[in-house]
Amino acid sequence: MKYIDEFRDPVAAKKILSEIERLAATQPHRKFMEICGGHTHAIYRHGLGDLLPESIELVHGPGCPVCVIPMGRVDDAIHIALQPDIIFCCFGDMLRVPGGKSTLLDARAEGADIRVVYSPIDALAIASKNPDRNVVFLAVGFETTAPSTAVTLLNARERGMKNFSVMCNHVTIIPAIKSILDSPDLQLDGFLGPGHVGTVIGNYPYQFVVDQYHLPIVTAGFEPLDILESVFRLLRQLDEGRCEVENQYRRVVRDNGNPVALNLIDKVFTLRPHFEWRGLGFISHSALQLRDDFADFDAELRYPVPGVRIADPKACQCGEVLKGAIRPWECKVFGTACTPETPIGTCMVSSEGACAAYYNYGRYSQRGLIPVKVV
Amino acid sequence: MNNQDHDTPPESDGRKAVLTRIEEWRRRPHRLAGDFITSAHGAGGKASQSLLQAVILPGFGSAELKKANDGAILDVGDESRVVLTTDSFVVTPRRFNGGSIGDLAVNGTVNDLAVMGATPRWMSVAFVVEEGFHIDDFRDVVADIARAAMIAGIEIVTGDTKVVGKGAADGIYVTTTGVGVLPDGRDLAYANVRPGDKVIVSGSIGDHGIAVLIARGDIELQAEIPSDTAPVHIATEALLNSGASVRWMRDPTRGGVASTMNELAMCAEVGVRLYEQSLPILPAVNGTCELLGLDPLYVANEGKFIAVVAPEHEDIALAALKSVEVSRGARVIGEITDQHPGLVVLETLFGGTRIVDMLVGDPLPRIC
Repeated sequence: MKYIDEFRDPVAAKKILSEIERLAATQPHRKFMEICGGHTHAIYRHGLGDLLPESIELVHGPGCPVCVIPMGRVDDAIHIALQPDIIFCCFGDMLRVPGGKSTLLDARAEGADIRVVYSPIDALAIASKNPDRNVVFLAVGFETTAPSTAVTLLNARERGMKNFSVMCNHVTIIPAIKSILDSPDLQLDGFLGPGHVGTVIGNYPYQFVVDQYHLPIVTAGFEPLDILESVFRLLRQLDEGRCEVENQYRRVVRDNGNPVALNLIDKVFTLRPHFEWRGLGFISHSALQLRDDFADFDAELRYPVPGVRIADPKACQCGEVLKGAIRPWECKVFGTACTPETPIGTCMVSSEGACAAYYNYGRYSQRGLIPVKVV
Repeated sequence: MNNQDHDTPPESDGRKAVLTRIEEWRRRPHRLAGDFITSAHGAGGKASQSLLQAVILPGFGSAELKKANDGAILDVGDESRVVLTTDSFVVTPRRFNGGSIGDLAVNGTVNDLAVMGATPRWMSVAFVVEEGFHIDDFRDVVADIARAAMIAGIEIVTGDTKVVGKGAADGIYVTTTGVGVLPDGRDLAYANVRPGDKVIVSGSIGDHGIAVLIARGDIELQAEIPSDTAPVHIATEALLNSGASVRWMRDPTRGGVASTMNELAMCAEVGVRLYEQSLPILPAVNGTCELLGLDPLYVANEGKFIAVVAPEHEDIALAALKSVEVSRGARVIGEITDQHPGLVVLETLFGGTRIVDMLVGDPLPRIC
C-alpha cells in the first residue's frame, strides 16, 4: 500500500537500527518520551521494543486524548446522553471510558441513544436527518481533531441548525508538555514530538522545550520507520551536542503548521481558564471551550450537567503512568483488577493508552522497551 | 506457564511476576461485569465468553456443549455420527457488496458443519419478521436462502415464521439449524493439536467485516470490497480427503482470526505464533483498516476457515486447498508452539513480537 509500505520496510529498518546501535553505544542510558498515544500504539503494535538497544528507554507521555478525560466529565456526558430525546454521538474509544459509576456503553444498554461516529460531520448529518431529536456530539482530542469540530460548528451555524450541540473536551498539547517538564519525578533526555498535532500547530510551538528546558525534540511520524528515524535523530543531536526542534515528519508537518486550521480553531474556540486532566490535575489554559457567539451550540449550556469532580480510584495510578513516572506494568492493579475488559483507569481503555498498548501487545515482548527493573 | 522460557532471553523476575500475575487472572473463570447485556456480549470476544461461561453453560451444561465447538457431535448408535449446529443472523444492512443476510444464514451454518468435518445435509430456517416489513423484501431473503442452499447442496426441510410488533425487531432476523453427517474415523479436536503443527488460513482475511462496515454507510468510503460469504465444505472435504493429518478446523467469523486463535490457544493449552508477513490481507481491506484504526485480525470472515495440520503434511494440505476455488488463496500463517501456552503471539514484519489477545467488546475505531 502506497504511503505505508515504504515506511514499514524491514531492510530500511535494519539500517536505521544499526545506526541507532552505533550511537547508543557511545552514550549513557537515554530516556525519551513519546508524547502522543499514537506513537505508543505504533511502538507496541510493531514490536519496536524488541529492536531498540537496551540503553534506550521510551517513556509514554500524556498524549492520549481519551486517557486524560477525568471521570467527572464522563459522568457529565452520560448525564446528557440519558436526557430524553437526545441522540448522543461520540468516537468509539469513549464508549468504555469509566465514569464515577458507569460508562457510555452502560448508558446505551440502559436505553440512551448513543451512536459511534467517525467524524463530527457525521453527527451533524444525523442531526439534519432527525430534525425532531436533539443531537449532541462529544468532542475530544488535541489540536488534531479540534479543526474538524470547528468546521462542523461553522457549518451548523450557517445552516441554522437548532438541534445540534457539542460537549467540548478539546485540550491543547503545549500546557501538558510544560506540566510534564515541571514535574520533579521525571528526568528526560528528549522528546518524540506529536506528529499529528504538529500538522495543525506546526513546529514553532515546541521551541520552548529547547529554549527553556534544553532538551531536543523531534516531531515524528507514526510508521515504524518514522519512529526509529526519530530516535536516531535524537541520539544524533545528543551526540553532536545540538539541541533543536527537528522535523522528521516533513511530509505532512510544516514549521508554521496549518494556518487555515489554526484560524478555524481561533474562530470557534477560546481557552478555558483551567481544565482538569486525568492524572495531571488542573492545568491552566489547557483546554478549549466554545466562544460566546457559539453559545447556542454549547451542550454544557443547553443541558444540565452535574459537573461533579470525582477523585480517581485510589488503586489507579494512571496519573503516574501519564507522566511517565512509572511504567504501565508497575501499577499495582495492572493486568489484574485493571484490564482492557474491566478498566479502572483511562490508560487501559483507549488502544492508544500506554497500559492498554502494553497489555494488548507488549507484555510478551522478548525484551521490553524498558530495561526491566528487578522488584 | 511451564514451558514459557524455552529459548527466550532471560527476563527479570519483576517482569516475569507481572506476566504470571496476568496469566493467572486470564485463566480465572470469566465473571460478568454489569447488570445489562451490552453490544460487547455479542461481539465474539471476552465479554461473549463471560456470558457463555457465567450464564449459558451453567444453565445447560451438557458434556457436548462444554466442548465449546461450533457444533455438537451426536452419537445416534449408527456407524456415522450426526453433527448439529445453529446460528442466528441479525446483520444490517440486509444486503451488502457480495452477499445478503440470506447468504450468510446458509453459509454460516454450512461452514460450522464443514469445519466440524461433517457433510452438510439438512437445514431448518426460522424467521422473526417485524410488522410492516415489505413482502418483496421478504421474497428476496427467501430467494437468497434458496439459492445459497442449492449452491451448498443442503436441503431445507423445516422452518417457522413469527411476526413481532413494529419496533420489536429490526426488519428481519433469520435462524438456521443445520444437520450434517460425520464420516467414520474423522477426529477433529483441540486435544489433537501438537507443538510444531502448522496453522493454515484458506484465504484473505477481514473481507466480510469491512464489506458490511462500508455497506452500513456510516463512513463515506468508496472501496470495492466484496464480502467473502461462501460455503467452504468442498474445501474442507478436499483437505480432509487429501491424506494430510488435520488436527482441528474452525471458521473465524465474529471476532476474526485473532479470537479463533485465542480460543485454540486457551482450549488446547498451546501457544500460537503468527507471522505478520504471511497474513493474506487484500490491499483495500488493509487500507480501510489503517484509516479506521482497525486490526484485520479482529475483523469477521464468512467464507474462510483455519486448519491446523501436521507439519509434515503442510504441502499436501496446501495443494488440496489450492485445488478448490474458495480456498485458492490458502497459506500457512503460523505454527503451534509449546512456548507461551494460552497466548497468541505475532511476529511483526521487523522481527519484533506482540501479543494478539482476545477482542474486548466491539472493535472500536481509534479517534486520531
